Amino acid sequence: MTVKTEAALRPRPALPAGHIAFWGGAALLCLALVAGFRVLDNEYAWFAGYFILQYVLLATAWNILGGYAGYVNFGAAGFLAVGAYTTVALRKAFGLDLLPCIAAAACIGGLLGLGTGWLALRLKGVYFAIATLSLAVLLHTIVVNWSFVGGSRGAYVLRPASIPPFVSYGEYLFVVMLVLAVIGVGIARGIEGSRLGMGLAALRDDERAAEAAGVPTLRLKLVATTLSGALMAVAGAPLSHYTGYLNPEAAFGLAFSVNAIAMPLIGGAGTWFGPVIGAVLLASLQQAATVTISSAANLMIVGVVLVIFAAAAPRGIVGLIRGGRHR
Amino acid sequence: MSGEILLRAEGVGKRFGGFVALNGIDLEVRAGERLGLIGPNGSGKSTFVNCLGGSFPAHEGRFIFDGKPMAGLAPHRRGHLGLARTFQLPRPFNSLSVLENVTVPLLFGPARETSPAEARARAMACLEQVELAGRAAQHPRELTQVDLRRLEIARAIALRPRLLVADEAMAGLSHTEVAQMLELLFRLNAAGTTIIMIEHVMRAVREFSQRLVVFVAGNKIADGDPNEVLAMQDVEEAYLGR
Repeated sequence: MTVKTEAALRPRPALPAGHIAFWGGAALLCLALVAGFRVLDNEYAWFAGYFILQYVLLATAWNILGGYAGYVNFGAAGFLAVGAYTTVALRKAFGLDLLPCIAAAACIGGLLGLGTGWLALRLKGVYFAIATLSLAVLLHTIVVNWSFVGGSRGAYVLRPASIPPFVSYGEYLFVVMLVLAVIGVGIARGIEGSRLGMGLAALRDDERAAEAAGVPTLRLKLVATTLSGALMAVAGAPLSHYTGYLNPEAAFGLAFSVNAIAMPLIGGAGTWFGPVIGAVLLASLQQAATVTISSAANLMIVGVVLVIFAAAAPRGIVGLIRGGRHR
Repeated sequence: MSGEILLRAEGVGKRFGGFVALNGIDLEVRAGERLGLIGPNGSGKSTFVNCLGGSFPAHEGRFIFDGKPMAGLAPHRRGHLGLARTFQLPRPFNSLSVLENVTVPLLFGPARETSPAEARARAMACLEQVELAGRAAQHPRELTQVDLRRLEIARAIALRPRLLVADEAMAGLSHTEVAQMLELLFRLNAAGTTIIMIEHVMRAVREFSQRLVVFVAGNKIADGDPNEVLAMQDVEEAYLGR
């Protein structure tokens, strides 16, 4: 047996030791971020940090279906808005705090993902993408006409000044989103090294060949749409608390859908690390543009970076780093 | 050829719009048999395989595999029952290594290996069977045409099939490579796998098949001993014209 063959037989890296390193590293990073921001003692740091982390989670969620299974979802904003409006509705109806609302958003987003998958996954390629875009338009129309959550006027959320032991509510939201983002990335990483990840990769490469190889493609796609939908809704659940005001135009904004696609593609779709890199890079650039030029420049920045990467590095930053290795 | 009937096609028909691709095909395949299926391009051979594998639904008729009707069964369920196929044009999973390509059916197939490590070891055994073990760590884009064909077969046998349909497994191969592929198929058959060989390489068909079936324009026009079938005037005309 050659050295190469022995290497091929070696198990993939997602083993317990790798998991410990990942979760330990993530915990250390989280502590370092919170400690660093506390030292900065600037409310804007929490605000900007939340913005970036929200996109880390959204891009990671999109990547589970778009990157791993190869099904492009153009309606990410719809799923995110479902999470945001779940919080608004539950808060108004039952006075629930943010954390139970996030859990409820995960359930509703997951169910919506499952339903979308059930209805739309017999469609392939561009037809599936159009179906997801249509779903976002449909959800937008429902929310605009749903006066309980403010309809087209929008809804205000009065958030507390702070929640102990956090110094400010901004810090609390940052920590909540940090934990959610780490969980989301951990789930994506777990999928990548698992039986599910292998099945998704097979169906992404060739669905008919995957079926012939015994892969239950429809079931795996439903798992992917459910997980992806749940995590996208979770990414949106704290949005109303973050902005203090939520209206359909903001929640269903084009920027969410465009960024959800662009960030994994720029970072490297189909890998757990790619969306993280893409989100940190693009969201930071957008925050910088917002405070120095105008938030109106955000989508232009995304467009320019996306075109550059599509031409120069179609497999994203991770693909560039891996060089000649095949995806 | 004395085994029980493993596959029975009863009046299988398939239309694409107004075009009749298969017209009431009846066919029986016995366990352990080596069946050759030939016909000119467009005669319905691959459509028959696609209907059998569940990629297309048949408009009429049915398949019975190992005594069980297969109507409505998803393609992956047919694989779990013991029906495997290769594709006319190799369809590897390009983002996965050669070893991972073969691991997929072991992780999702009927055996459902308990651990990925076990599945990888079994996959390596399959690669050894098709003499591709040395390329386990490579990616399909690095393989030659004959190795891609071998990979197709390795992925199919990883399902531990009772029936393997090899759809033009010799296409584009050199004389020596055809001989290697034939040897591989003979070995698999000797190990108990029933094989339907769909092929245009007549030398291979004649050498391999115990029985030969000919499709022309969606109809089965001959079924019998290969030498007798190939000597039939209808068959000659189907290939060479009147």
